[in-house]
Amino acid sequence: MALVSSFPLAPSRWRQAVSRALPVGVVLAVLLLGWYALSVALNASGVIERVLGGPAGAWGWRDLIWATWHQQRAVLPAPHQIALDIWHSLLDWPLDDPRNLLLHTRITAEATLLGFVLGTALGLLLAVLIVHAPTLERAVLPWIVASQTVPVLAIAPIVLVVLGSLGFSGTLPKAVIAMYLCFFPVTVAMVQGLRAPQTLDQELMHTYAATRMQTLWVLRLPAALPYLFPALRVGIAAGLVGAIVAELPTGAQAGLGARLLTSSYYGNTVQIWSALLMAAVLGMVLTAAVGLLERAVLRGRGPKH
Amino acid sequence: MNAPEMLASTANQPVFGRPVVQIQQASVVYPAPDAPVRALHEVDLEIRQGEFISLIGPSGCGKTTLLRVIADLEPITSGTVRVNGLSPHDARLTRAYGYVFQAAALLPWRTVLSNVMLPLELQGTPPEVAREIARTQLARVGLAQFEQKYPWQLSGGMQQRVSIARALGFEPKLLMMDEPFGALDEITRDDLNAQLQQLWQREQRTVVFVTHSIAEAVYLSTRIVVMSPRPGRIVKVIDSPLPAERTLALRDTPAFMALAHEVREALADGHH
Repeated sequence: MALVSSFPLAPSRWRQAVSRALPVGVVLAVLLLGWYALSVALNASGVIERVLGGPAGAWGWRDLIWATWHQQRAVLPAPHQIALDIWHSLLDWPLDDPRNLLLHTRITAEATLLGFVLGTALGLLLAVLIVHAPTLERAVLPWIVASQTVPVLAIAPIVLVVLGSLGFSGTLPKAVIAMYLCFFPVTVAMVQGLRAPQTLDQELMHTYAATRMQTLWVLRLPAALPYLFPALRVGIAAGLVGAIVAELPTGAQAGLGARLLTSSYYGNTVQIWSALLMAAVLGMVLTAAVGLLERAVLRGRGPKH
Repeated sequence: MNAPEMLASTANQPVFGRPVVQIQQASVVYPAPDAPVRALHEVDLEIRQGEFISLIGPSGCGKTTLLRVIADLEPITSGTVRVNGLSPHDARLTRAYGYVFQAAALLPWRTVLSNVMLPLELQGTPPEVAREIARTQLARVGLAQFEQKYPWQLSGGMQQRVSIARALGFEPKLLMMDEPFGALDEITRDDLNAQLQQLWQREQRTVVFVTHSIAEAVYLSTRIVVMSPRPGRIVKVIDSPLPAERTLALRDTPAFMALAHEVREALADGHH
């Protein structure tokens, strides 16, 4: 980076953008080509049977390929079919219509974000307690680890039923499941991060007769921030998975998970892929948002941090 | 070590005020499987208000341990230590002293200014007041124009100056320094020694200074405590006949060299 910008004749920004976009672009192109090839291979037999009129029909290779890329309910829909489906879904319907993917994306994002906030808070709280009370570490940490070995798919229905019976429905039960996946990476990273300050820094606080709260606030928490953000990136992605999984067993009317379920129920593969792609985009946007937050918060720290 | 000589030497210091640190028969023993390590063995020392005391000796002589005992960073195994008439623990809670470590120990996420403000913040000084004090202290160590930099943007010498400014900010009557210039090059070290000397002369704070440099000890101190290892103990306490006002040129005078020689002899004696 420094080399490029010190070269006086190079339009460095433009070059930087190209050198960043190029590898991503190449991978994308290869993926798309592979995808089209694969959808020919996977859809061919079905197309021959149902569209072209049997193996003995009067059709050529061109007909076959064209048909595999435009089949309804294809085994593997072609990329442009998915793109068109998303396009129409986003533009043809108002934002509050269940046929608009943005409605589902928004509902899942709400549950994810609420779960992320709750999970981060819980993770921070647990980490602070564990660092300050060694007994608690021995008592609680095994349970925390054990909690993550239980499949979320098994926990989700139980949580939904229990919270449902208590009168909670909609976003909160889903957020609770997102939180369940979110808090763990935060707890583990923060326990490590809060213990990161070296003896010297702790002795410095000792000479100032700083209280535990002051030491936590002034030394431990800031020192733990570089540990926190990677955990938050993992946490928000895990939270999204939790929110989507929570939408599957409830027969929820809306949300990307509900959309996945209904599409799969009706065998609408294009819609499954559209919902899946929206979930991926949502995941990237959320992770990028955490990344931006990290850059803003850690701005000014040296190259080591 | 002969106690009468030491008592006599403190008695000959009428310029200095009340005792700030009183150490009697203090020992620090670290248990070890084979033989316990006697880091500090029956040390007696009295430090009075306004003195500049250097603790000098080879590695393992307990000079840092002694400093850490006064600062309540290390417990004593036996004996008594009083700081301002209190136990080191209580004295620390009254924020009786400022401590400068061997490394600058600046918090990397704080600017230079807010690093210097840190101890004031912890004491509940209003931010505007703390900022003013921090600015003044930074100006005194010649870093006024660096207040918005982060520690990693400064050289080692500048970082150490920041840590001194930080220790002085809350105006401790007692300043303890553990080889603060040990990691610096000689030119920077001379510069900081001169600044520290001026500071002591201007404000007459009590300073306890750990070093393994004879020149540094002789140049800065009013009294030099020579220590020796295995077990860590005081072998000699030397009063400096040098005038209070000192310049770096003083180091080429016969009086300076004679004192340095005396310290060197005491260090060599300690090895027997």
